[in-house]
Amino acid sequence: MKILVAMRQVPERDAPLAIAADAKWIEGSALSYTTNEPDAYALEEALRLKDSLGPASGEVIALTAGPEGAASVLRDALARGADRALHIVTPASPQQHDPLAVAQLLAAAIRGESPDLILAGLQSDDLGLGQTGVILAELLGIPHTTLVLHVEAISSGIRVKRELEDGWFQYVEMPLPALVTIQSGGNQLRYATLMGIKKARSKEVRTIDAASFGLQGTAASAELARVFVPEKQRETRMLTGTAAEVAAKLVDVLRNEVRVL
Amino acid sequence: MSGVLVILEHRAFAQGSVTVPRVTLEALAAGVHLAQQLAIPCSAALIGDGLNDVLASPAFGPVRNVGLAQLLAVEHELLASYTADGFSIALHQLIASLAPEFVVFPHTYQVRDYAPALAARFGQSLVSDAIAIRIESGLPVFVRQLFQGRLNADYRMAASSRTPVPTFVSIQAGAFRAESLDAAAASAQPPQIEAFTPKLTSAQIRTVPAAPFRESSRSVDLTTASVIVAAGRGIGEQANVALIQSLAEALGAEMAASRPICDAGWLPMERQVGSSGQTVTPKLYLAIGISGAIQHLVGMKGSKTVIAINRDPSAPIFEIADYGVAGDLFEIVPALTEAILTTKAQ
Ligand SMILES: Cc1cc2nc3c(=O)[nH]c(=O)nc-3n(C[C@H](O)[C@H](O)[C@H](O)COP(=O)(O)OP(=O)(O)OC[C@H]3O[C@@H](n4cnc5c(N)ncnc54)[C@H](O)[C@@H]3O)c2cc1C
Ligand SMILES: Nc1ncnc2c1ncn2[C@@H]1O[C@H](COP(=O)(O)O)[C@@H](O)[C@H]1O
Repeated sequence: MKILVAMRQVPERDAPLAIAADAKWIEGSALSYTTNEPDAYALEEALRLKDSLGPASGEVIALTAGPEGAASVLRDALARGADRALHIVTPASPQQHDPLAVAQLLAAAIRGESPDLILAGLQSDDLGLGQTGVILAELLGIPHTTLVLHVEAISSGIRVKRELEDGWFQYVEMPLPALVTIQSGGNQLRYATLMGIKKARSKEVRTIDAASFGLQGTAASAELARVFVPEKQRETRMLTGTAAEVAAKLVDVLRNEVRVL
Repeated sequence: MSGVLVILEHRAFAQGSVTVPRVTLEALAAGVHLAQQLAIPCSAALIGDGLNDVLASPAFGPVRNVGLAQLLAVEHELLASYTADGFSIALHQLIASLAPEFVVFPHTYQVRDYAPALAARFGQSLVSDAIAIRIESGLPVFVRQLFQGRLNADYRMAASSRTPVPTFVSIQAGAFRAESLDAAAASAQPPQIEAFTPKLTSAQIRTVPAAPFRESSRSVDLTTASVIVAAGRGIGEQANVALIQSLAEALGAEMAASRPICDAGWLPMERQVGSSGQTVTPKLYLAIGISGAIQHLVGMKGSKTVIAINRDPSAPIFEIADYGVAGDLFEIVPALTEAILTTKAQ
């Protein structure tokens, strides 16, 4: 089975965020970046699926669209066990915020590969759209299922375990080729071993200039216009001081205001 | 039609009882609000099979009475259970025939599954998980969250983009007040229910869904707990669960956690709070090392009092906390546990 994993580079979770001067995005240059969390789980699921089918059963290809620096996501994927990688190189700015435009780029690169299965994360930590994977399936004309925890190969294609609201789940079967978006937490992530990092150096990362696809661009009816700090919904009383002082203030609140002590 | 079309969801149970999820009513409230502001009509559609009884049921009272221009039943036997293919194809046909200016959805797991594909058929993406809508110079501005709620963003429409292509928007749970529908109800005329039958063949539906199931019966019921101490990824490692546990014991509280803690197996799944866990409404919710992503907040923002401890003063959890401590949990939690024990001993 040829499995392709769409992986996005995002700022580290705890990175301090500063709004850019034009307020269209954040100040990106000083940030440290990582792989979008569900995408790391998507890679893990792809590697497990390949392992379960036998090592000679196919390949796992990591794909990202992003500026030059996004290649580190691919190198990490190769070190964890992906067989090769594709990097659609985009300009560092302007930032691409329309998931339809991103999906068009990914689709253009994927058409030349015709994978059996495409895995994406269910949503990005930065834009939080939860759309790129679903749009990609639509553009490629293949079936999809979202919010998936596990993928299993069956004779007619795949069977996936999908998360529903309130602790419910559901199995869904689909023929291949298909696209699945992966929810975090369905498995435990493997670490890149020293051996893996060494091996990764000889693995192929093919770069493709985004402009070479000659895409027309999209006409989103509503566009990201201004980034701002959210207003507070509740009046928060901040308690300050040393740990002991804060603890004493909290005990006072627990006792006299919340009345649980 | 050139108005707002709201896509409704319902739950049907054995013995014919029907409920309308709250988030659907909230999306309807958003749609009604948008339509009023722009002085255009608001309609709504429900998708499934055998919907007449559903739409006539008491649960749909607030929907019938809100003054909709049209209430549509999109019906086909192939729509009896949800599939992304069935729903995208049916709604594509409905939207192409009605030509609404705006299509508004509740941001549910089901909508996440098909709405981006549906919008893509119109050359659009979805303004997903919107938390507010305001009108500026006669055009709506949609607000959505970035970076798991740490920042917000305005999404603006260009004047030229009002018609002919619809704008697709999904509404976050809790962002609009379902109660505002009751106020609109008084003077409204219930609309005729109109049937819309999409052209659909079984060959077009490529996925085969099985019946939903629950993993195990929940042995921990957090919904009745009056004090909850909840741990998030800020605790760093499994060994530190003990720190939180000591505090919970001192307070006589139930332990809960954010999703990553349960995913990692540091606490059992049944202690997870949030959209894929339990929804709790204790007297006190003490959130420790939890950032406050919306999927966590929906499970606990009904708590009477929220106290948050987080070293990042701009963490979104502070937006809904009554009391906050911006500091290191590894210093504050042990000091607090000790102070509580001392107080109790007095
Ligand atoms: C469809 C879907 C469903 C989901 N369902 C749920 C759900 O049911 N429940 C749920 O919780 N999540 C759910 N999530 C995940 C959710 O989006 C967040 O990723 C998750 O809630 C984050 O957990 P956290 O706050 O513990 O971790 P993080 O976001 O990583 O936050 C950790 C926090 O700890 C703070 N911190 C770090 N070190 C310290 C220290 N020493 N002292 C004090 N503070 C510290 C940091 O400042 C940070 O704010 C869901 C996501 C999706 C997409
Ligand atoms: N630039 C990108 N390169 C590769 N994959 C991406 C990119 N952007 C988004 N994706 C994939 O689409 C998923 C959903 O992203 P989003 O629609 O932004 O929430 C991510 O988890 C990735 O798997």
